[in-house]
Amino acid sequence: MTTLSRTKSSTLESVSAGRKARDRAAKVFVYLAFLLAVIPLVSVLWTVISNGAKRFDGVFLTHSMNGLASKDAGGGAYHAIIGTLEQVGLTTLISVPLGVLTAVYLVEYARNGRLGRTISFFVDVMTGIPSIVSGLFVLAFWLLALGMDFSGFAGALSLTILMLPTVVRATEEMLKLVPGDLKEAAYALGVPRWRTIMFVVLPTALPGIVSGVMLAVARVMGETAPLLLTIFITKAINTDPFSGAQGSLPTFIWDQSTDPNTNAVDRAWAGALVLILLIMLLNLAARLVAWLRKPSSR
Amino acid sequence: MAKRIEVSGLHAYYGGTHAIEDISMTIEPRSVTAFIGPSGCGKSTFLRTLNRMHEVIPGARVEGKVMLDDEDLYASSVDPVAVRRVVGMVFQRPNPFPTMSIYDNVAAGLKLNGVRGKRRLDEIVEESLRGANLWNEVKDRLGKPGAGLSGGQQQRLCIARAIAVQPQVLLMDEPCSALDPISTLAIEDLIGKLKSQYTIVIVTHNMQQAARVSDRTAFFNIAGTGKPGKLIEIDDTSKIFTNPEQKGTEDYITGRFG
Repeated sequence: MTTLSRTKSSTLESVSAGRKARDRAAKVFVYLAFLLAVIPLVSVLWTVISNGAKRFDGVFLTHSMNGLASKDAGGGAYHAIIGTLEQVGLTTLISVPLGVLTAVYLVEYARNGRLGRTISFFVDVMTGIPSIVSGLFVLAFWLLALGMDFSGFAGALSLTILMLPTVVRATEEMLKLVPGDLKEAAYALGVPRWRTIMFVVLPTALPGIVSGVMLAVARVMGETAPLLLTIFITKAINTDPFSGAQGSLPTFIWDQSTDPNTNAVDRAWAGALVLILLIMLLNLAARLVAWLRKPSSR
Repeated sequence: MAKRIEVSGLHAYYGGTHAIEDISMTIEPRSVTAFIGPSGCGKSTFLRTLNRMHEVIPGARVEGKVMLDDEDLYASSVDPVAVRRVVGMVFQRPNPFPTMSIYDNVAAGLKLNGVRGKRRLDEIVEESLRGANLWNEVKDRLGKPGAGLSGGQQQRLCIARAIAVQPQVLLMDEPCSALDPISTLAIEDLIGKLKSQYTIVIVTHNMQQAARVSDRTAFFNIAGTGKPGKLIEIDDTSKIFTNPEQKGTEDYITGRFG
């Protein structure tokens, strides 16, 4: 009875002061943690925008560096933008079908069999490959052993090695989230398994797969090391990714920023701004596509 | 078009677990057969062996015979996918396809099996939705997502989806257990209407429901945890609920269980 008499007369009265204080402290901590996480992001954006704006102009977007020395003013990243779009485009074309199909196999067919476990293991190993090693591999295998020429495609191959495991993992996680109910519902209608996967499982997981792919695209778009060894950077415009040296935005930024000249450094910043904008635009486009496919929007 | 199901000596397993033991029964065409019994006694498992959905679960297998008129569902030449087109199923939880509109949900079974032609699809969709007593509620919003309907409407949508592929038999696994009494009544009315065309088998935990909708009732029980489920008896519903042969059935129905 002593414990009862010590409790408050009404349970509807507000909670104790100690509990309130702890609640407030936790709230402050959460906001602080959020601020800490946002500071680097805002700082990067601010630096890139304020430094990149100087040379972010029509000339920069439509001209290459052909015939220009790094100390010269003017010039631009047109050749690098073309190169990056083509290389990343090819990379996506190769790794998305391959990665999605691998994930479908792992989730829907392998079911912890020996082959499935082996593939899973090697996908994990691939995730850990340092990017320079994938460049070295393509250099050693495609360029030296097979005797192919430097090209944007060689760059795309090295980027594929980096993008493939990310796509597989992201797709796998999304496919695992598709409720078994839906598959059973389709089976119960007499729909064969492959059609169930094509028309029920994949569309249900699509928004998640798209965000996973976009993250992977954003990651490989900024990769510099594998491209250094495979595309043999050029200052001129080369629209054919299958033959000859090509430029790319990351290598353009690297090349210009290592030059101790304000004109070059300004171009490097503008290049970084273009890269960020490209990734943002692609993200928005992907979101739009995913949104348009939902039945509620019709 | 409804067909008779004759089961003899059926056993089902999940990996090493013996889930149901030696079940034999006849399910009459154009009638409703209810399965009752405590949880875990194998009613749902048995139901799923009737359209070969049991084997969808990894490690699950079936022994015995299920005859649909004169065809053995478990003959080696039989394609499980083809079986499921003839024996449709409605699940416990309403599960419309979330990426599809109401129209596409109903047309899904047809479209995914290669039926083309908008006129034909329109007809079947309307007919199925009318059959499921849902047409008047959704006819103005066929393009809206099926997941936006209420639980009871979703379940009727799932029934429309199941009957759109024109099966001979309709299996229902506790179709009303997630629904409110009014939606339950709507589904029960629908079952009464559908039995003129289909062979219907329904699993239910609701004894009154079994008594209301079914012509015949089968009582399943289990001897103890880990033991396989068994069919105790099957008879006309009125007989099971008033004068069952077995003591166990009477105990279960009157609530004096165990």
